[in-house]
Amino acid sequence: MLSLIVFLPLVVSLALVALPVIGDVVARWVWVSVAAVEVVLLIAVWQGYETPAPGALAFEEQVPWIPGLNSSYHVGVDGLSLPLLAMTAVIFLACAVYSLGERNRPRLQAALFLFLQSMSMGLFVSADLILFFLFFDLSIVGMYFIIAGWGHGDAARSAMKFFLYTFLGSLSLLVGFIGLYVFADPHTFDMVELTAQLPLAGSSLAGGAILAAILLGLAVKTPTVPFHTWLPPAHTDAPAGGSAVLAGVLLKMGTYGFLRIAMPMLPEAWRSWAWVILAVGVISVVYGALVALAQSNLKRMIAYTSVNHMGYIVMAVGAAGVLASDAEQARTIAVTGAVTQMVSHGLITGALFLLAGVLHDRADTYEMDAYGGLASPAPRFAALFAVGAFASLGLPGFSGFIAEFQIFTGSIATVPVTAVALLGILITAALFLRALQRLFTGETRGSSEGFADLRLPELLSAGPLLLLSLLIGVLPRFLLDVIEPAAAALVSLVGR
Amino acid sequence: MTDVALWLLVLLPAVVGGLLTLSRLDRPAVAVSLTTAGVTAVLAMVVSVVRPQVAVPFVAGAKFALGVDGLSALMVPMVAVVTLLVLVFAAGDIKESRARFHGLMLVFAAAALVTATAQTLPALLMAWEVMGAMSFALIGFWWRDDHRVSSGTVAFLTTRTADLGIYLAAGAAIAGGAGMVLADLPASSPAWRHVVAAGILVAALGKAAQLPFSFWLSRAMEGPSPVSALLHSAAMVAMGGYLLLRVQPLLASTGWAAPTTAWIGVTTAVVMGAVAVAQRDLKQLLAASTSAQLGFVVMAAGLGAVAGGTTHLVAHASTKALLFLAAGAWLSALGTKQLTALNGVARRWPVVGWAATVGALSLAGVPPLALWATKDAVLAPALEQSWPLYLVGMAGAALSAAYAAKILVVVWRRVPASRRGELKSRFDEERQGSRHVGLAEKAPLVVLALGAAVLGVLALPPLGSTMARALGDEAIGSTPGELALSGGIAVVVLLLVWWLNVPEPRWLRDWMGLERGVDILVVRPILALAERCARFDDHILDRAVEAVPSLITRGASSTARFDDGVLDKGVMASSRGVVALAQRSASADGHWFDGAVEAVAAAVRSLGRLARKPQTGALHQYYIQAVAVLAVGVLLLITVR
Repeated sequence: MLSLIVFLPLVVSLALVALPVIGDVVARWVWVSVAAVEVVLLIAVWQGYETPAPGALAFEEQVPWIPGLNSSYHVGVDGLSLPLLAMTAVIFLACAVYSLGERNRPRLQAALFLFLQSMSMGLFVSADLILFFLFFDLSIVGMYFIIAGWGHGDAARSAMKFFLYTFLGSLSLLVGFIGLYVFADPHTFDMVELTAQLPLAGSSLAGGAILAAILLGLAVKTPTVPFHTWLPPAHTDAPAGGSAVLAGVLLKMGTYGFLRIAMPMLPEAWRSWAWVILAVGVISVVYGALVALAQSNLKRMIAYTSVNHMGYIVMAVGAAGVLASDAEQARTIAVTGAVTQMVSHGLITGALFLLAGVLHDRADTYEMDAYGGLASPAPRFAALFAVGAFASLGLPGFSGFIAEFQIFTGSIATVPVTAVALLGILITAALFLRALQRLFTGETRGSSEGFADLRLPELLSAGPLLLLSLLIGVLPRFLLDVIEPAAAALVSLVGR
Repeated sequence: MTDVALWLLVLLPAVVGGLLTLSRLDRPAVAVSLTTAGVTAVLAMVVSVVRPQVAVPFVAGAKFALGVDGLSALMVPMVAVVTLLVLVFAAGDIKESRARFHGLMLVFAAAALVTATAQTLPALLMAWEVMGAMSFALIGFWWRDDHRVSSGTVAFLTTRTADLGIYLAAGAAIAGGAGMVLADLPASSPAWRHVVAAGILVAALGKAAQLPFSFWLSRAMEGPSPVSALLHSAAMVAMGGYLLLRVQPLLASTGWAAPTTAWIGVTTAVVMGAVAVAQRDLKQLLAASTSAQLGFVVMAAGLGAVAGGTTHLVAHASTKALLFLAAGAWLSALGTKQLTALNGVARRWPVVGWAATVGALSLAGVPPLALWATKDAVLAPALEQSWPLYLVGMAGAALSAAYAAKILVVVWRRVPASRRGELKSRFDEERQGSRHVGLAEKAPLVVLALGAAVLGVLALPPLGSTMARALGDEAIGSTPGELALSGGIAVVVLLLVWWLNVPEPRWLRDWMGLERGVDILVVRPILALAERCARFDDHILDRAVEAVPSLITRGASSTARFDDGVLDKGVMASSRGVVALAQRSASADGHWFDGAVEAVAAAVRSLGRLARKPQTGALHQYYIQAVAVLAVGVLLLITVR
């Protein structure tokens, strides 16, 4: 089942490339249909999912691949990956719907996005480090072409910067993976085995070095301060769909790596470095929010809020490594919040980037001061963007609140000083309200005049993402019931 | 079955309101909204009698629990009924974007109802922040005016700053082992209990517009009058007071929180009372007085006088909603809310005028109207616990009489015929007035006036002691002597203001410059810091990162030069040397080695060509080489280990 989910988009992607006879219209609809089938398959997996035993995976598949390296094609899901897998499918479907209006080489675009979807889905089901790395790097390649080929502004340069930076990061990750392999006995790249083995138990120097290599790679991808400067140009110059996938899916690969690889496989090193991770998280939260507050370009602003939002996750997983007395419940709450935040940020920021794309489509600029009073010519756009903005600033009723409330209660209960990061939700509120005011209220002026309201594909792509965020915000149990056992298992793994 | 009533009570207005807001169906909006508010009011009565409790699992570590107890049983009908009356008024008063207006108001009402019934911190915080967001959206309802949206932003950000206290309290509640049930909070471990109490106290002070947060309420007056009536007096601001009454055992359990609360409340009552007296704009006066009146409720929570605080809250809701709606009716009719322009307005529309008079007299604390009795129910326990607190509280009460009198003087004072023209020139200052007050506007005023007149019975014998028992408090302890004293003071102040002019010092009129202070001390430094961080990000952090590839390029090109200039030349030279050697050998040795040496020379030459190949100058190719070298290194690491 998981292999079908991973490779279906890839097969269709290859077919789209190989068969130029396929017309643009057909290609667009093929893309939408495949993305929809993926969502349906994910719903089926969700329905059939039963929480596996701690350390085990559900829907497991394993085939020998590179026996010499003890690396196999090993996939499976648990409470950490299933929500991300589902979120990925939803975001790609939204992008497919949004791109129904695309005029620039739609067949190739569809092929590229489907390729990227395969890589992203593959990453989240990987239970083998080589497989994980392969998907990690190929996703970077796919995103490079999307930004370079369909972006605007200084797209080639931004794409190159993104590629070089994250690719370098991935090399550091690779070094870390090889370190894990080398110290494992017997040598293996299998994640389940590595987690069970604890290859670096007792060797704090090597463990610390390998953790540092892995963290560096993941920190670039997440991104955390100070490795985030590739993100704003990449977002600003990327097409709307590319930005949505970049923020919604690709950034999660970094934080997912913390939960899936760094924490369970190197718990000792994680605990000794927890304070550093925590500090980086808190700095990312506050610094990201402050820099976002000073932006005048809407897309850059949203990009910096991603640094802020991902900072909450880093802070929470850092707190989960601080072993205070009998705070296991608090640490579980923090990790549950972190996973919820990954899903929530994907949905909300994905929607916001799709909506920001509308500005470029109509008036060729993301500068907020070029607009004003947009609510008058584009009321639907204004309403939807306002909903997205409030969701993103963590208003209760949306998924962001569920995530951040748990992150904060868990983190503050474990490490009280994390309360400093509460400033983040205040500054985020300020910057989104300012953005709403600059874009939508007041007299209609500048580029707002004659601005066409949302078209159907735009409405039907961003709208459902926000609706899902609302659903999670009001009825979070269907999601948290999946996440909580996995978070508890992870917390006890880190405590080993 | 009764559980369903409680769920419906909060879900019905939330869902209908949400859909109405997004639907933009302006024509049926009023009918839908009034029906919903009506049903909600009936449900409110039902749940306050049957008192259901419901709970569902929510976030990790806490449930979403709602329940109706003695305190909620008063709050819920209050919120629901005031909502209904305000919406009836709005049906006549608000003519544009009705779907959005009524939708947002219903969502707000749902949030206020959840707040009043929440039993756990996440349920409370959820509703709490939604109230703030709705306040933003409703203050900025006329979004074409930039300053109104800014006011909404100020209101939301100020209250959210305070709301952070609840996030902090939730973390502390988990750490302290008490869990997130509100009633269990006092059981937290002693150290964490202080944090929980402080967090909730700050959050409540923010919503209740107590010092130092009061200024946002001034800005909130830019919203439509029905919004001021519901959000900024009867429900949202009132919920700040309510929360402190709800967590009174927690405040009392810390030792410091209860007296602090009482003193903040009484200080606000006096200071904001003075601010109210100095106002020249009716809505600003009412806003400051709301802050001051909530001060008495906050003081009650600090004193443990839950029954007194609750009755004051309920009576004030009716009184103040009435006065805001009257101000709104005049504003719509005359286009102004400046006191000087409202001279004699009570004579022009007598129903509105008399209703407002009842409200103002109640606000002044004149017997036997509602706030006279309820305010004493707060002040009497103060006398028992601390006479300085009591004296300051009495000063606050006298100030209430003063600002209420100021309203009465204005609206009833006869305008001599010679000044009529001048008065008319001040109309329509803020918008075009309709010169008309309709039935939909008048009817709710009458109902609210009734409340402002009689709700005092909740704090008087015989009902008072029943009330107190229902709220788990001791009997309300106001003695006839105190009641007479405070009534007497109110009447004397009223008469004094009638005859004398009250001072209106500028600094008080500007709400003591609170907002400017916050702007200078908080907002501007944060914005400057943000700018500085952004510059740092662009000019230092990003430049540093950009410098790395150029360093690599430079390094690569110097390596390439070394390669070309030294290594390659070396190879070429040696190949030439070999060729020369070969030729010499050939000449010496005839044809013996010739073939072999030629072959070596050719091989070396091609090696030289090969060595030059990677030096393309293209960054990405160097990069791939680096990757390859790294991979080989890693392979070596694995195999050699």
